Amino acid sequence: MRSLSALLSQERNWLDASGPDSDTVLSTRVRLARNLEAFPFTTRARDDELEAVMQRVAGAAQKVDLLHAAPFFRIPELSAMDRAFLVERHLASRDLVGDSRPRGIVVGPGEGLTMMINEEDHVRMQGILSGFQLEEAWHLVNRVDDDLDGLLEFAFSEDLGFLTSCPTNVGTGMRASVLVHLPSLVLTKKIRKVLSGATEVGLAVRGFYGEGTDVMGNFFQISNQVTLGEDEKKTLQSLERVARQILGYEEKARETLVSTARVQIEDKIYRALGAMQSARVISSQEVLGLISAVRFGISLGLPGMPGLTVLNRILVTSQPAHLQVLASRDMERAERNVYRAEYIRRLLAAESGAGGTDHA
Amino acid sequence: MHSKPCQICGKALATIHLTEIENNTTNEIHVCEKCAEEKGFHGPGSKGKLSIVDQFLQLAAGAGGDEFQVQCRRCGLTFSEFRRVGRLGCSQCYASFQAQLRPILRKVHGSVVHVGKAPVRDESRLKRLREVERLQEDLERAIRREEYERAAEIRDRLRTVLESETSGGSS
Ligand SMILES: [Zn+2]
Ligand SMILES: [Zn+2]
Repeated sequence: MRSLSALLSQERNWLDASGPDSDTVLSTRVRLARNLEAFPFTTRARDDELEAVMQRVAGAAQKVDLLHAAPFFRIPELSAMDRAFLVERHLASRDLVGDSRPRGIVVGPGEGLTMMINEEDHVRMQGILSGFQLEEAWHLVNRVDDDLDGLLEFAFSEDLGFLTSCPTNVGTGMRASVLVHLPSLVLTKKIRKVLSGATEVGLAVRGFYGEGTDVMGNFFQISNQVTLGEDEKKTLQSLERVARQILGYEEKARETLVSTARVQIEDKIYRALGAMQSARVISSQEVLGLISAVRFGISLGLPGMPGLTVLNRILVTSQPAHLQVLASRDMERAERNVYRAEYIRRLLAAESGAGGTDHA
Repeated sequence: MHSKPCQICGKALATIHLTEIENNTTNEIHVCEKCAEEKGFHGPGSKGKLSIVDQFLQLAAGAGGDEFQVQCRRCGLTFSEFRRVGRLGCSQCYASFQAQLRPILRKVHGSVVHVGKAPVRDESRLKRLREVERLQEDLERAIRREEYERAAEIRDRLRTVLESETSGGSS
């Protein structure tokens, strides 16, 4: 019996912080939504139709250059743990794994490319890369799309472009996003201005961790909203321009903070690092705040900080499903919080033993 | 600031400090771990409150009264059902609800004309697609007339054509 989580925990992936601007930009994602002309969209299709779509798309994926030999998983056959694992890893959406209709996922090498089948649309290809790499992420999914285009008949109209289940995606079917860390804008209460500014130019900014309006860990996702009347290149360019501008605001706010409250900021950062190195109980919410503070320390170039790679690893792998996979057993929340603290201590100790901060 | 009581239950010590963003203003809220877990303050994949989808549905809610009963010829979805679920039923829905969707698309995207990538379509694939459509219509007609033997034949032909679509084309 092949376990998805066992397979994926060995993979190298976008968490390695190898991409440009990795201290402020955690990852870049570009996804394309497509549907097969011959079938109703997923919410209207019967299960046997979804099954036929899945067979066709999974079959076509094997002939795609970048995805050949990539494992394909049927969601109904995955355990609850494996499903949560996929979501925590940013590979699948909650919608994909939320029920047991015929849905599936193809996971490409290094997890940089995935294809969700029968989520909101029949096909959703996603390219995810470390750091700020919009162009590169687009090239990845665009190549997959080119290959699939020769194998499947996508729903497309001359007027409206690629036809999607939700009309907000019609046209390019493209959603590009960067996941950024903006602690200074939050601390200086300037995030409000940045949010409304981005909305005015047609982008969306939302907290990445946390529900609705409750932002945790100061991680924000900036993405395009417009998919009609603007080509992919132009959409990517305006996202890139605005995201760079926001990173510039973050840097200015950081300078203000450092010049007005250096000691207080450093104290907060080193206390967070101390908690990560020594605490005995850490909740999944608390860890986000700690990671945010230490990440901020790295951006400030403070001495004695751990590397970005280990910090990214903690961010993703200290979530509930990952911890339970690591421990190979189910754990209640209280037990998880103890296990998490121990796990974080162990990762940090192993890293500092291996030589401390980032190696070039 | 770290010894406040939880703002939800008012009893336990707040260990989680969130920055809340609503109507473009930020404020901090402090809650205990139990309440945070219950309210689901964790994990990625949550949806923003004022997403483009909500905006779209708000606009769709205002679309013409008599037109709610317009129905898609291919999949049978009505416009009022679309307003409820927020998802269209098939590619043909865009044509069926053109009058309702166009003004909303224009408002949300600022355009109703696609610019950008288009599929490369060759003649043989288009021909095959048209044959699939024709066979599907024949099949429906045969079933309506209760000509089951003929329906089975058509279904077999349809299957052959559909299979040649995925296996053909690649070396
Ligand atoms: Zn409470
Ligand atoms: Zn329809």
